[in-house]
Amino acid sequence: MIYSIIRFPGSNCDWDMYYVLRDVMKVTPQFVDYRETTLPEDTAAVMIPGGFSYGDYLRSGAIARFSPIMNAVKEFAEAGKPVIGICNGFQVLTEAGLLPGALRHNDSLNFICKPQNLIVENNETQFTKRFNSKQTVMFPIAHGEGNYYCDEATLQELKEHHQIAFRYENNPNGSTDNIAGITNRSGNVLGMMPHPERASDAMLGGEDGKLLFQSLVESITQNV
Amino acid sequence: MYNVKIYVTYKESILDPQGEAIKTALHRLNYQDVQDVTVGKYFEMKIANNGQNVEEQVEKMCDELLANVNMETYRFEISATEGA
Repeated sequence: MIYSIIRFPGSNCDWDMYYVLRDVMKVTPQFVDYRETTLPEDTAAVMIPGGFSYGDYLRSGAIARFSPIMNAVKEFAEAGKPVIGICNGFQVLTEAGLLPGALRHNDSLNFICKPQNLIVENNETQFTKRFNSKQTVMFPIAHGEGNYYCDEATLQELKEHHQIAFRYENNPNGSTDNIAGITNRSGNVLGMMPHPERASDAMLGGEDGKLLFQSLVESITQNV
Repeated sequence: MYNVKIYVTYKESILDPQGEAIKTALHRLNYQDVQDVTVGKYFEMKIANNGQNVEEQVEKMCDELLANVNMETYRFEISATEGA
């Protein structure tokens, strides 16, 4: 079983993700180039890492979404299989229409890089089941365009279908309803601005993020 | 040939933090009468005449790529040039 990490030109959290999956979770990650048109055959999950794909030209994630690999990622997601987008990965997933809403410039206009407390809002997804409901966790954030926006009707839908996975404790960027991470309605696609892969090793300042990867790996292993 | 100018901005309901910051800076420069600043993106394009409706083509480009219609709105101007 392979955890496929998509690499766009400008991805820069790809190795962080690789490290956590290989060295902390002891599973098998593999980089997948954006020019590929298929995923490795036994891909169990797709990870879209953070960074500045295509230099954030036009809008963050806007051009990555047209990469050759993205059709395969869409098909994978539509088949109900797990896809995680972190930071720029979240932006790519919203641009690709796999998650609702959009990410705007932070309301302060600053690039914000700091530890950030989050509240686990839904611990009944395959990505969050190892967390407690309403648990406070610390994941670092590092983004200039993390200000989540959706219209009122979409927000109601997100709430109704328990799609808000994480909220910020003290909203750092102006996000609608303090939203830090959401899933799609069927719960197999997760996008979030904070970085669980940078909080999965005590030596790097925290281990809360490990719970997310443990949840995912456990869900995948149980489904086999 | 067509010359196309496209303007993309945040929807009115959405706070434009860059516009706000620029407005504040203008006020600091004593341009107190500036009441509203909107920052957006501007594109110029030349499109060859392919017999299809050029407005429809530009609209499609905006919806698919140039604007994120979740949060942005766009308008455009098209003018035909000689040799079209």
